[in-house]
Parts: sequence; structure tokens; C-alpha cells
Amino acid sequence: MDGSSMSEMGSILAMQGFAGISLFSVLLLMALGLAIIFGQMGVINMAHGEFMAIGAYTTYLCSHLVETYMPGFQSYYFFFAVAAAFGVAFGFGYLVELGLIRFLYKRPLDTLLATWGLSLILQQVLRSTFGAREVSPVMPEWLLGSMHVTETIEIPINGLMVMGLTVFVTLGVFLLLHRSRWGLRVRATVQNRAMSGAVGINTGRVDRVTFALGCGIAGIAGAAFTTIASTGPTSGSLYIVDTFLVVVFGGAGSLLGTVASAFSIGETQSILEFFLNGSMAKVITLLAIVGILMMRPEGLVVSKVRR
Amino acid sequence: MLNVSNLTVAYGQSEVIHGISFNAKHKETLAIMGRNGMGKSTLFKSLIGVLAARAGRVEVGDADVSGKPSYLRVAEGLAYVPQGRMIFPNLTVEENIATGLETCQDKTIPSDIYALFPVLFDMRRRKGGNLSGGQQQQLAIARALVSEPKVLLLDEPTEGIQPSIIKDIAKVLNEIKKMRDITIVVSEQVLSFALDVADRILVIEKGSLIHEENRADVNAAKISSYLAV
Repeated sequence: MDGSSMSEMGSILAMQGFAGISLFSVLLLMALGLAIIFGQMGVINMAHGEFMAIGAYTTYLCSHLVETYMPGFQSYYFFFAVAAAFGVAFGFGYLVELGLIRFLYKRPLDTLLATWGLSLILQQVLRSTFGAREVSPVMPEWLLGSMHVTETIEIPINGLMVMGLTVFVTLGVFLLLHRSRWGLRVRATVQNRAMSGAVGINTGRVDRVTFALGCGIAGIAGAAFTTIASTGPTSGSLYIVDTFLVVVFGGAGSLLGTVASAFSIGETQSILEFFLNGSMAKVITLLAIVGILMMRPEGLVVSKVRR
Repeated sequence: MLNVSNLTVAYGQSEVIHGISFNAKHKETLAIMGRNGMGKSTLFKSLIGVLAARAGRVEVGDADVSGKPSYLRVAEGLAYVPQGRMIFPNLTVEENIATGLETCQDKTIPSDIYALFPVLFDMRRRKGGNLSGGQQQQLAIARALVSEPKVLLLDEPTEGIQPSIIKDIAKVLNEIKKMRDITIVVSEQVLSFALDVADRILVIEKGSLIHEENRADVNAAKISSYLAV
């Protein structure tokens, strides 16, 4: 890079850093759902990515409906689409827990296989319904374009929007888990299911709502995802490995760890991608994670309790 | 208050509790004594519904709770302090106590619980898992008591606890008996503790009740002979 001055390098770093933040946002939204389902409940949900795809397709459907029937509504529909994505994924998650997961709590490996099967089924259903071609919802105009911060730095608005949504959802999940009666039930149930029943908690219902909530958040991740990339039947599965990585690296069961780990993985990936290339970025990120996990096997943030 | 009739519990093919029947009257404290492996904990687990019974009936007051899941038994007025305490290690002391309020309308921790267990008030922001064994035992009892139970089930509350704290726990139980309308069923190996709290003592051996005595005319030597290995 001969012609580039220091200030240009700085701008590139800033913009690439912001791209990392967008990636971090989607990763975090995905990981939040999984942190609840895997970190709290201990269910290895391989179909988590498909719940994200469900959210993304719901957003696409909303956009399509609005375009056909209420074109005037175009600029506001996105917020309703996010709510709808949450609702659909939540409802579907509820049914999946009811029909499948609740029989498998004591058999984690079977859960892995069952949810993997579910993920394949869902992918095919999406492919048969919406076709194999990737789709994109029509974005409202205010989401397009970018903000000029300085002459050389431009920040895309959809990235900002995704970031805001992520902050909102993260705070919501944190308050729900740590400040509400429902959160207390969840945290008690995941620590000791039998004992929670014996203090009067209806653990079956807690499990169902918890799982559904995790899926609903994946649905929100899907809605956010549509603003930065187009959606295909396998979009979700591309993220599932990274998402598990985020949750395990952050320390299962810790929200703070999940945020820190999503941030570091997203940023490392995106900045390295610019200076090296995609696969090298992945390799270096993975090596770093493996190294750190060898030193801290329980993840970044560990809750300290004597055993 | 607690009526158990013909309760049979089995792990797979091996039957551990063979058709036990007993009842604990209103405001009575019943101690169930026996050596290790005689079925005390199995009995208690099936009373609270953590373990399914193969046959028999369990009634709390007029309500038949046999076959119901644990949380509905708690709603009917049972409360359970398990062997090994089983507090929630990653929840704070306060949160641990609050889990017991599930069946109550008011979800704030009543202040009289801290009057019974002052040490829990000092430790209320600590994680439950960082308390000592004796403190965890008090926490487990507090968690069970806040649900205002009609029947309190205590499974070996003295296990692994130093003698001075055992005395404290006996004192607290006697205070609770005075303060509340409560029936207590406690399983125990320490005879002195049972004599401190119980109105009636039952001895369990190999899954059957083999001996019964009132506190008033208890023959300590005879009961300790049942407990001797």
C-alpha cells in the first residue's frame, strides 16, 4: 500500500472495525439465543441456525406482503417484521420443545442428532417453499446509504440499525434473566431441575418458554441478518459453528462472556479479513480461540463458586 | 396432616420401600431413624415426588398428592429440605430463598426468616455455593420455610455438620414448631438430635418401619441398638 497515508489507514481500520461490529451484532444476537438454550439449559441445538433462517424468511414475507398490499407502509414495516420474526420463531420453538426436546434432556448426544435432523428437515422445507435462490426483503429507504463521519470514513446505516437492535435485545435478555421472577425460575431450573420442582417451580413450563425464547431471539437475529446479507435456506447453518464458538469461548451460562467473546471473534475476523483473506482470518481466529481455551477451559468468564 | 399408606418405591426391578404406612398429626414432629441404605432418602424423595412411587397413597391434609409432580405437591403444602442441601450454588442467598416463594402471592422475602437465620442476612448477597455446609443447611431450611408449608420434610439435616451447628438447627426447629402451625417429618441418624426435636420416633430398616415410640417414653438404648452397625 504505497500511496496510502497514515490517516487513510486509520479510516480503513475504523470502517473495517465497524464492519466487525455488524458481524459482532449478528453473532451476538445468534449467540444470545444459544447462550440461553445451550449455556443455560445445556441443550445442543443444531437447528438454531434454521430458527434464524425462519426469522429472516418471516421478514422477507412481511416485506413482500407490505409491498403487495400496503406500499405506503413500506418505511415502517421493518419494526413489525422484527416482532413477527420473534413471534414466529418463538412459536415454532415452543412446538419443537413440546414435541421433541423435552424427551431428550437426559440424553445430550441424542439431542445433538435429533436437532441436526430437524435442521436438515427445516432447510429442505425452506428450500421447497421459497426456492433455493437467495431472497432479500425490500429495505425501507432510510436503512440504505451511509453516514459520512469524516471525508474518508463512511458508516453504513443498516449496520447502525443492527447494532441498536442488538444492544436493545441484549439489555432485555439481561434484565429478564437477572431481574425478573421468570429469570430466577430459569436459573434455578438449569442448576438443578429436580430440586427446582421440589421448591414449587413448574420446570416443564420453564423449559418450554426458555427454549422458545432462545429460538425467538434467533428469529430476531434473522431479521437483523436480512439487512446486511441475502437469505437462503442454508444461511442459518453457515452461522451455527461460529455461534457455538462464541458461546463456548465466552463461558457457557455467562451473558457478559458471550458479549465479550462475540465482540472479540467478530472484530478479529473482520479486521484480519481485510489485511489477509477470508480463510486465513478464520484460521488465525480459531487458533487463538483454541489457545485461549487451553488456558481457560471454562471460557472467558467463569462464575466463581467453590465445588 | 401427612398420611402415607402402603407406599412402595422401587429403582427398576429392586424394590427399596416395601409398602410403608404412617401418619404425622397436625403440629407433630416425627423422626424417622435408620442406618445408611435403609431407605430414608428414598422414602423422602418419593414423598416430595422427585422419585415416582410404584404404589400407595400420599395425602397432605385432605389432598391426595400421589402421582402428582413435585411442584403441585409444594402447592398443596409440602416443603422439602433434601439430603446434601442442594441449594442453587450460582444463585445468591437472597435468590435462593426467593425460589421458595414460587407458590406464594407475595414474592418478597418475609423478614422473620432472617430473624430465624441471622447468618443468612449477613450473607444475603453471596453466592449460595460459597457458604459453608452449616450455612447451606440453614439456607435450605429457609428456602423450604418461606413457602409456608403445612408439612416440612427434612432429610438428614445433620449430615456432615459440626455438633454446635447441629444444636443450633435443633433450636431453630423447636422455634419453628412454636411459631407456626407446622408438621415436621425428619429423617435422622443422630439420636440426640432426634430426641431434641421429635414427638415420636419411627425406625426404618430395609425399607419397612419396624419400631415406633413416643418421645415421652422413649427407650434410648433400644433405638440406638437399631442404629448400631
